[in-house]
Amino acid sequence: MATVTVKRKRGVNEVSSFSNFMINGFFWIYTALCILPLLLVIAVSFSDERQVLVNGYKLWPEKFSNGAYDFLLSDWESIVRSYGVSIFVTVVGTIIALATMALYAYPISRPDFKHRKTFSFIMFFTLLFNSGLVPYYLMYTQGFHLRDTIWILMIPYFVQPFFVLILRTFFTNSVPTALLESAKIDGAGEWRIFGQIVLPLSLPVLATVGLFCTLNYWNDWFQSLLFINQENLITIQFRMYQALLDITFLSANSTAYSAILAQNPDFQLPTETVTMAMAVVGIGPIIFAYPFFQRFFIKGLTVGAVKG
Amino acid sequence: MEPATQANAKATTPKLRTKQNQGYWRRFGTFYIMMAPALIVLLMNNYLPMIGSAIAFKQIVYSSNSFIQSFLDSEWVGWENFNYLFSTTDSATITRNTLMYNAVFIILNLVIGVTLALLFNAMRSRRLAKFHQTTMFLPYFLSMVVVSYLVYSFLNPEIGIINKFVLPWFGGEPVDWYAESKWWPFILPIINTWKGIGYYAVIFLAAIIGIDNEYYEAATIDGASKWRQIWSITIPLIRPVIIILTFLQIGRIFYSDFGLFFQVTRNSGILYDTTLVIDTYVYNSFIVSGDIGMSSAAGLYQAVVGFVLVLASNLVIRRISKDDALF
Repeated sequence: MATVTVKRKRGVNEVSSFSNFMINGFFWIYTALCILPLLLVIAVSFSDERQVLVNGYKLWPEKFSNGAYDFLLSDWESIVRSYGVSIFVTVVGTIIALATMALYAYPISRPDFKHRKTFSFIMFFTLLFNSGLVPYYLMYTQGFHLRDTIWILMIPYFVQPFFVLILRTFFTNSVPTALLESAKIDGAGEWRIFGQIVLPLSLPVLATVGLFCTLNYWNDWFQSLLFINQENLITIQFRMYQALLDITFLSANSTAYSAILAQNPDFQLPTETVTMAMAVVGIGPIIFAYPFFQRFFIKGLTVGAVKG
Repeated sequence: MEPATQANAKATTPKLRTKQNQGYWRRFGTFYIMMAPALIVLLMNNYLPMIGSAIAFKQIVYSSNSFIQSFLDSEWVGWENFNYLFSTTDSATITRNTLMYNAVFIILNLVIGVTLALLFNAMRSRRLAKFHQTTMFLPYFLSMVVVSYLVYSFLNPEIGIINKFVLPWFGGEPVDWYAESKWWPFILPIINTWKGIGYYAVIFLAAIIGIDNEYYEAATIDGASKWRQIWSITIPLIRPVIIILTFLQIGRIFYSDFGLFFQVTRNSGILYDTTLVIDTYVYNSFIVSGDIGMSSAAGLYQAVVGFVLVLASNLVIRRISKDDALF
């Protein structure tokens, strides 16, 4: 190529070519470490059970097979129902949580609000001291009688003090006080200022916190472990947990296994591939939702001081 | 206050409601309506259970159908539950495990997180940096259930990647990972860092990107090297973020990621001496064994010591630099 290349002027903070090369190399290795385990799970889920048992897990299926997914599909109703529960809890929970937290963060971000510090304290004290599992459990089960309801999967994550902190920091730093002042002079009420000025300016932080709420709800299995016994309220994560438990139980208890075999001599438990197929089903949607939120992170994730 | 009583109060004590006060409510009343939903949730989720912490000082006897009634009727037994808890060897084990793991986690998150953020910032290609950030954040998005599956695919004693490929390749003997507790102090920090480091790196990076370029330009003119710039400009300027994040973690040093210790170790009893932490202990003794007294005592012990540690670390920060203290 005989074109004239304009030598790029090196910026103030440019590293040397060699270090840049080393840094890049390092990050490629790190990226591989983050992605390969997932690829492994996907590959195993599409492999033939027997091959896996003989040759171990491979990054590429030696013998391609849908067996594991067929096995899961035989139980498709419960999986679809679990997806339904997870999606409902995630969507409704995230919307309510985001509204609740933003509405709390706005007043405590306003420098002219006299009791700002008191209400900040009420919020952030819960970060420092909590009651522990036993009173928490008894309060929800015996006090509010919320065991086996859809609400118990949502309420505990409606307010997360750390997210309120992130929201408040953003409101404080990125919404010009002058703007609020002029809106006030023009006679706008607080609701209007919040809805038409503060929120539109705060999209990055709302996206960031919204994503974290989504993750909280989608990935949660702990509330289910504590409070859910009903079959029709089992989320996809909790179903995965139970599946792994059942399979461990079956492979560990040869008596249980032989009981099944006695009933059905041809029964072959496709344990390895099915567990991994279950994992793929559970990972599913969150991976696709993720890149869309990614671009808001840097802007939204600036953590400010806890002090008001 | 109900509206009726409020109106009453207004009618009977008109003098008490000063002009200033009326102005306050007219000005900020909306704020209280805005904050109400979150306050209700905080009450339900945090403050009412705190009152319930008193259960640790009681011997629960089921006297009636309503638990609350039973709770009120139950005998106060003072420190008995705590004496019982600390007479077991378990209490020392779970305290040691909780503190050791968290100390390691905090150091790793801080050192590796800041290092990665600096490296990201040094990369020439913005697009590559974005790409690597995205992949590094990926593990953060997986639930602990999924992570336990991934770990299992590596540590499965017969056909896991480690025993089947990695160890033979180095000429090592296969290890029964889920039956030998001595390996877990190394396994868990690796998993914890792998899963969470993207989050810390991005928070630190956000702080670094916020630094004004003029500082670096001035330093370059003065002939400061790259290392010198990192040491004298970048680190001091992101110090508030470092302190807040580390502080929040120190405040939680008595709390563990329940998922990590419960799911990834598969709550396996053989591994307890290196994997049982206070959270999993409370869960096991409460939900599995149904021992209310002992588990609530352990929970309160956790909450109180955790709280004292927060206050202490804040005091230390105040001594070092008053501006960075939290309260």
